[in-house]
Amino acid sequence: MLDSKIPQGPIESKWTKYKSTVPLVNPANKRSLEIIVVGTGLAGASAAATLAELGYKVKAFCFQDSPRRAHSIAAQGGINAAKNYQNDGDSVYRLFYDTIKGGDYRAREANVHRLAEVSGNIIDQSVASGVPFAREYGGLLSNRSFGGTQVQRTFYAAGQTGQQLLLGAYSGLQRQVGLGNVRLYSRHEMLDVVNIDGKCRGIIARDLVSGKLERHFGHAVLLCTGGYGNVFFLSTNAMGSNVTAAWKAHKKGAFFGNPCYTQIHPTCIPVSGDHQSKLTLMSESLRNDGRIWVPKRKEDAAAIREGKLNPNDLKEEDRDYYLERRYPAFGNLVPRDVASRAAKERCDAGFGVNKTGEAVYLDFAFNMKYKYGKQVATLKHITDPTEEQLTAFGHEVIKEKYGNLFDMYKQITGVDPYKNPMMIYPAVHYTMGGLWVDYNLMTTVPGLYALGEANFSDHGANRLGASALMQGLADGYFVIPYTIGAYLANEISVKPISTDHEAFVKAENEVSDRLNKLLAIKGTKPVDYFHKRLGKIMWDKCGMARNVEGLTWAISEIQKIREEFWKDVRVPGDANEFNPELEKAGRVADFIELGELMCKDALERNESCGGHFREDYQTEEGEALRDDENFKHVAAWQFNEVGNWTLNKEDLVYENIKIAQRSYK
Amino acid sequence: MNINLKVWRQKNGKSQGKLVDYKVEGVSPDMSFLEMFDVLNDRLVSEGKDEPIAFDHDCREGICGMCSMYINGRPHGPNQGVTTCQLHMRSFKDGDTIVVEPWRAAAFPVIKDLAVDRSAFDRIIASGGFISVNTGNAQDANSLPIAKDNADEAFAAAACIGCGACVAACKNSSSMLFVSAKVSQLALLPQGDPERNTRVLNMVAQMDSEGFGACTNTGACSAECPKEISLTNIARLNREYFAAQLGSDRS
Repeated sequence: MLDSKIPQGPIESKWTKYKSTVPLVNPANKRSLEIIVVGTGLAGASAAATLAELGYKVKAFCFQDSPRRAHSIAAQGGINAAKNYQNDGDSVYRLFYDTIKGGDYRAREANVHRLAEVSGNIIDQSVASGVPFAREYGGLLSNRSFGGTQVQRTFYAAGQTGQQLLLGAYSGLQRQVGLGNVRLYSRHEMLDVVNIDGKCRGIIARDLVSGKLERHFGHAVLLCTGGYGNVFFLSTNAMGSNVTAAWKAHKKGAFFGNPCYTQIHPTCIPVSGDHQSKLTLMSESLRNDGRIWVPKRKEDAAAIREGKLNPNDLKEEDRDYYLERRYPAFGNLVPRDVASRAAKERCDAGFGVNKTGEAVYLDFAFNMKYKYGKQVATLKHITDPTEEQLTAFGHEVIKEKYGNLFDMYKQITGVDPYKNPMMIYPAVHYTMGGLWVDYNLMTTVPGLYALGEANFSDHGANRLGASALMQGLADGYFVIPYTIGAYLANEISVKPISTDHEAFVKAENEVSDRLNKLLAIKGTKPVDYFHKRLGKIMWDKCGMARNVEGLTWAISEIQKIREEFWKDVRVPGDANEFNPELEKAGRVADFIELGELMCKDALERNESCGGHFREDYQTEEGEALRDDENFKHVAAWQFNEVGNWTLNKEDLVYENIKIAQRSYK
Repeated sequence: MNINLKVWRQKNGKSQGKLVDYKVEGVSPDMSFLEMFDVLNDRLVSEGKDEPIAFDHDCREGICGMCSMYINGRPHGPNQGVTTCQLHMRSFKDGDTIVVEPWRAAAFPVIKDLAVDRSAFDRIIASGGFISVNTGNAQDANSLPIAKDNADEAFAAAACIGCGACVAACKNSSSMLFVSAKVSQLALLPQGDPERNTRVLNMVAQMDSEGFGACTNTGACSAECPKEISLTNIARLNREYFAAQLGSDRS
C-alpha cells in the first residue's frame, strides 16, 4: 500500500504544524546541496527561483529557447485564490470544498486543503513581483467567476493571466540566474533520470543545439514538466509539450497516477481540416458573458450548417440554451467535464452548427447589449438608449474584458465574433493524471519530485478552471521549499557524486542507443504520421466517452502502432546536430507507450467520474455515475516493462467532506 | 492554392546559407503559415532528398514568442499585430512567391535554417528586468492600490512576448522596444520604484554589450510588433535612463 505521508491532526492545522516541525537545512549546508529543476513553467520557474533564494545550488532545464516560453504562458482566464476580496462568502474551506467536489471526489483532501491555504499568498507574491493584474477604478484587484463555483475568486490579467504570472516567475528566476544561484540550460531536453542506490541522483540531458548528451548530478531532481495532452495529437498544448521526462521517470520507478483522467475543455475553436496541427482554447472566462446554445429544431441546425440560415436571425424562442436548461443553478458556468459532455450530446444528437456538425454557439450578443450596454448607458445618463447604442456601448466593455481572445478567434477563423456568435467545441486541454506523489510532492523514487501538472495530486478526476495556475505556483513558491527539507536534511553529508559513476555512464549509453536506434530505422513514414494515428485512436476511444469494447480495441491498435513505429519511422539527419524531427520521434515513442497505459487505466476504472466518462456507468439523466465502494482510490501504475504494469492503489479518505453525487442543477 | 517558397537554408551557425526554392501544392486558405511548413516538411522527410526545414515554434497561439519567420521582408509577415503562427494562408494568393528568412541580427546568431539564438534577451532580463522580492516577503495584495490607468499601461507593456521581431525589423538591429517594455512595466508600478535607477542602467548596459544597435526612432519595431507594443515605451526608457544617470554616481 502506498504511503501518502499525510500529517496527522485536523485538516486546518496539518500544513501549519508540518511547516513548523519539518526538518530544516542550515544556510551553510544549503550551499552544498544541488537541485535539478526540469521545466520552467509556473511550477518550475517558481521552484527554481525560490530554492535558489533559499541558498540551494540550482540547475534549471527547459527544451524551449528561453524559460519564458513554457506553456504556462498560454493560460488565459485566471488564477483562483480564496481572498474573499468580493465579500461574497469565499473562504479557504470553500475553495477546498469546490476543488474536491469539482474533482468528483477523487483528489486527496490534505493536498487540496493546503492548496487552498496558500492560494492567497500566491496573489500577494505575484503582485509584489510586478504582475499587472486587472484592477478596479479604486485601484484594488478585480475578480471574475469561473466554472464550478458560486463566488468571484478568479484574479486575471485580461486573457493573458498565464503569460503575466509566468513572466513574473521568470523574472524571479532570471534574477537568480544573474546572481549566479541558478545555472540555466535552455534548449536542453531531459532524456533520463539517474538513480543510484535507490535514490534519484541526476539526469541525462541532450543539448538540442549541438546534440551532445550531458550528465548532471543533483541531490534531488524536480520534474516540473507539465501534462501529456499531446498524446491526442490535437490538443490545446504547445507543439513541444510532451510526457518524456515524466515517462522516463516512470520507467525508472516512479508510479504513474490516474493516467486516464484527461480534461476535455468545452470551449475551443473547432477543427477546420486535416492539416490542423493544434487546437486553440477560448478561455472559460468567456462563459461569464457568453451563452451557449444550439437551435431547438434539427432543421434549423441543418440550415445553419448549409449556410442557408444566419444564426443571428434565429429567434430567441427557437434557441436551446441547453446548459441553462439542464443546470439552472450553475447555468453556463458548470464545470468543464459537464459542459463538454453536454456539447457532445447535442452534437451527437444532430444539433451541431458548423460544417462538420461538431460545434455549438457561444453567444455574447445578449450580455453585450443588455448587461454591459445598459450599464454604460446608465453611466452616460442616457435613459432611453437605442438597440444600436446598447450594442456599441457593450462592444467596448467586451473588448476590454476579452479583446485579445476575440482577436485571436477572428485571426484563426476569419469570422468576427463581435458580430457573429463564436463557434466552439470541446478539445483536450489538461491532464489531471501524472506522476504519483506523496504529501511532500515526492514520487515513489526517493529524491525525485513532481510539481504542477506533471503530478496527479490536486484536481481529482476534473480540474476547475483557473486552478492550474494556482497549483503550479503553490507547488513551486510555497510547498516544495518546505517539503524538500524533509528529504535534504538527511542528505547534507552526501558529497556530489561524480558523473563518471557507472550509473551515469549506463544511463547515457541507454539514451544514446535509443537515439541511434530511431535514426537507424530509416523507414518510410514521418513521425507525425504515427502521432496522428495514435491521436485519433485516443480521441475516439479514450476521449470524452469511453467503453469496454473501444478501449480493448484501442489497446491492441496502439500496440500495433508501436511495432510499426519502431520498424517504419523515418527520422532524417543525425544525433549530433539540431534535429527537431529526432526530438519529436523520441517524444512520440513515449506517447505511444503512455497511450496504452491510459486506455488500460480507463478500462480498469469501472465507474464514471469527472473527465473519465464510461458509457456503461451513467445515471438515467446521463450524468457520471461513480462507484465509491470500489473506486475511491488513486490508481498508481508501476512499470514492469513496455506494455506491462502492476496496479497499486492509494485509498482516498474523506474525513472533512461528505462525498455525494455531484450536482450542479 | 499553390505557393512558391524561397526559404533560407543554413546547416548550422558556422556554414554558409542560401535561399532554396520549394513548391507547396494544395494549400488550404484555412491553414496557418506554420502548418504549410508542416506539410512541406512531411513531404521532405518522406521523399528523403532534403532535410526538413528547422524553424522555431511552440504554442501556435501567438503568446509564447517562439516563432520567428521573416516573411517577404517583414517579421511575422504581412499582417498587423500577429505572430507567424497566427498568420493564415488566406492572407496570400494562389501562385504567390514567398521569401522566408530567419531574424537577421548580429545578436541573434542563426542556429539552423530559420531558428536563431535569442538568449541575449534572457541575459538582459537577468541584468535587471525584475523586482527584487524573495518568495514569502509579500504584503497583502490589496494593501497597495494602483491606479487603474497605470495598471493598464503596465499591462500593455508587459504583453511583450520577447519574440525579437522588433530587433529583426530595425535597420540598426536595436532591442530598445523589448528593453523599454520591461523598464516601462516596472517603472509604472509602485513595486518597481525602489530599483528604477539601477534597473534601467543595468539593462541598457547589458543590451549594449550584447551587440544590439542604437535606436534612431524610426518606429519600425513598434509597427511590426505582433503585440503592438507602443513606441511611447522607448520614450519612457530614455526618460528613465537620463533620470537615472543624473541621479546616479555611476555614469
